[in-house]
Amino acid sequence: MIHFTFLTTDYLLFLVLTLLAICLCVSFRSQQFSVSWRQMLTKPLAMSSLVVLCFYITIGLLDSIHFRVPTAQGHHSIKVYSFFDKVIGESTTEKTYSAPLATHAYNKVSRLTPDGRIVRFYSALKHIPGHVLASHGHYVLDVVFTFLKASMWALFLWLALLLIWVKLSPHVTVKKFIRGDLPLAWRSFWITLGIMLLMIFMAHGMSGNYHVLGTNKIGHDVFYECLKGIRTALLIGSLTTLFMLPFAVLLGTMAGYFGGIVDDVIQYIYTTLSSIPGVLLIAAAILSIQVYIDNHPETFSSLASRADARLITLCLILGVTSWTNLCRVLRAETLKLRELDFIQASKALGAGHGRIIWSHIVPNLVHIILITAVLDFSHLILAEAVLTYVGVGVDPTTFSWGNMIDSARLEFAREPIVWWPLLGAFSFMFIFVLSVNLFADALRDAFDPRTRFGG
Amino acid sequence: MLGYILRRLLYAMPVLIGVNLITFLLFFSVNTPDDMARSQLGAKYVTQNAIEHWKQQHGYDKPLFFNQESVGTGKITETLFYTKSVSMFAFHFGRSDGGRNIGHDIVQRMWPSLALAAPVLLLGLLTNIILAIVIVFFRGSYLETGGLILCIILMSISSLFYIIFGQYFIGRVMQLTPISGFSGGWHGIKFLILPVVIGVIGGIGTGIRWYRTLFLEEINKDYVRTARAKGLSQMRVLFVHVLKNAMIPILTGVVVIIPSLFLGSLIMESFFGIPGLGSYTIDAIRTQDFAIVRSMVFLGAVLYIAGLILTDISYTFVDPRVRLK
Repeated sequence: MIHFTFLTTDYLLFLVLTLLAICLCVSFRSQQFSVSWRQMLTKPLAMSSLVVLCFYITIGLLDSIHFRVPTAQGHHSIKVYSFFDKVIGESTTEKTYSAPLATHAYNKVSRLTPDGRIVRFYSALKHIPGHVLASHGHYVLDVVFTFLKASMWALFLWLALLLIWVKLSPHVTVKKFIRGDLPLAWRSFWITLGIMLLMIFMAHGMSGNYHVLGTNKIGHDVFYECLKGIRTALLIGSLTTLFMLPFAVLLGTMAGYFGGIVDDVIQYIYTTLSSIPGVLLIAAAILSIQVYIDNHPETFSSLASRADARLITLCLILGVTSWTNLCRVLRAETLKLRELDFIQASKALGAGHGRIIWSHIVPNLVHIILITAVLDFSHLILAEAVLTYVGVGVDPTTFSWGNMIDSARLEFAREPIVWWPLLGAFSFMFIFVLSVNLFADALRDAFDPRTRFGG
Repeated sequence: MLGYILRRLLYAMPVLIGVNLITFLLFFSVNTPDDMARSQLGAKYVTQNAIEHWKQQHGYDKPLFFNQESVGTGKITETLFYTKSVSMFAFHFGRSDGGRNIGHDIVQRMWPSLALAAPVLLLGLLTNIILAIVIVFFRGSYLETGGLILCIILMSISSLFYIIFGQYFIGRVMQLTPISGFSGGWHGIKFLILPVVIGVIGGIGTGIRWYRTLFLEEINKDYVRTARAKGLSQMRVLFVHVLKNAMIPILTGVVVIIPSLFLGSLIMESFFGIPGLGSYTIDAIRTQDFAIVRSMVFLGAVLYIAGLILTDISYTFVDPRVRLK
């Protein structure tokens, strides 16, 4: 019987996504926002980035369902597995480096032959099945065959889904679809989906016999580590937003709306916090919590929970350093809104402060909050790598692109160079951040009143 | 004007005190000096004696806020808060946990930081503004759309990527510049070219988009229409009239970071081996030298506040409508 052990970050991630889903549902119902969403999804780039983001989020979610499996002795394993690990299956660990799709190790090893000579040769990888190793011809054939099989499956599935969709939706015909003559950018949706499906099937097919992105110094599969990094990036972005938004919105609107002493106090708080260089505040907090974790081993039972505690602290402190900017913008905007006629009118009608802020001011700030939150999300993913390099990012045992880059950057200087861990981490990060940025850009065009009405 | 500056300096005091309290609480309450000593000496198998000795050596053997055993003013001054935190207001940073004189180190290391950060800022500003104006000039064309998408792509690339691949291709494969290192004087320039170029390229994406929004806001104003109606060329309107007026928001963004240039860039300096304050801070973080990190936090806050005050003063120079009282 498997034993579910959810980490704190798992709960928080599900909380964030539930909140996000609720917000989306509410905003689709409202007249004002549904028009904006619709307008946004007519843009091909926005649609494509949305599809990519959905894939990333799905992988992150699958990776957030943790459990322990029973061992032979009847206990539960110490190692915590995620649902995602079980889906893709465990990969063989090699001795050390191997290049992407290689059959043999990257470096020669020495072995003593029975007649006393030392021979140096490239050892075969454990993961590669015997029939591929037989000759170079077999290898090429296998790669091409796997490639073709994966493409066929992807194409087949894609076409099936597409046809079902065309049949089921009332106003869609094949002709309209090919011409791109549809209200939303469905064509780019299906093209992106096709590319993603192709990638997934290829990665899956290739992973059976090869290491798609090679292995790193300790022989771990780089592709697997890249995929595991998605959850960490997603967590850092979303948890920080979760911690930051309430403070920024509440304090920002209060400072702008009430003015006077409330404004002074709030301004003092955010000036003080923003005058501390962000990286140093994060460093200070992470160093302190690390010393605390090291000196209180009894509080943190497993390695995973220690890494988890550090991750949450990192998100908290990133939230502390990043709410001040949004708060300042919201305060300035509230100051303007406060003087407008409709606020004065509702005041005259006897509405309370809370009601005015919640139902008159906040709806007019939503576009700022939304755009800032999504843009910050992409900054946070990039910041994780830099912070981890500095040594104040996520725990070294956590799978993250920052950790991969940090450990692989020296390998880039060796001869012959090992480029695949860096390439893997950077490309996964790049695609994620790029789609978030493109999404944010489309969001701004659709929601910001200044650009919405021909600015 | 002088009165205004004085008042701003007075306003800065509570902020600095706040910064000081936050760092003090972070460093001394979350983990006690005992914890600090333990992690400095190696976490396990440390005797209480060794801890006491380390604390005494580094001046951590005092109570936090109030010293019962002292007499007179000593009750306040013979405390950790006074010796480690309040003394920073007089820029007495004391000695690092490794035994070095922090104040001396800071004075020595801020010049290399400046030698890297100042050219990055100036060249970056120049390229970003010119490219942003060019994009605004071609607004409504495919060049604008293409340029903006290129900006988003540049924005989405990690700064670590620029550094690592820049070092590899320009420094190692093409061998145009040294990969890393630093030397003073004019000979040092060859070491600075690569980091400056990478710094400028790394900031282009965000920079162009930011300046473009500033210019677009100006371009819809009445004076632009008047200038165009008078028959001035689009070029002249953009580079003379719009640029001059957009200077005000540009200045706010720039002046505020000028003092912080002394702090340098954390990752650039450590990748390129430049002995500035950025690499100093990174080394301190890696060796868990709390005294240095604390000093840098305080210094950073002081420089940021100086930047805010400078911004307000610079307003009066570029915008005659602003009067400081």
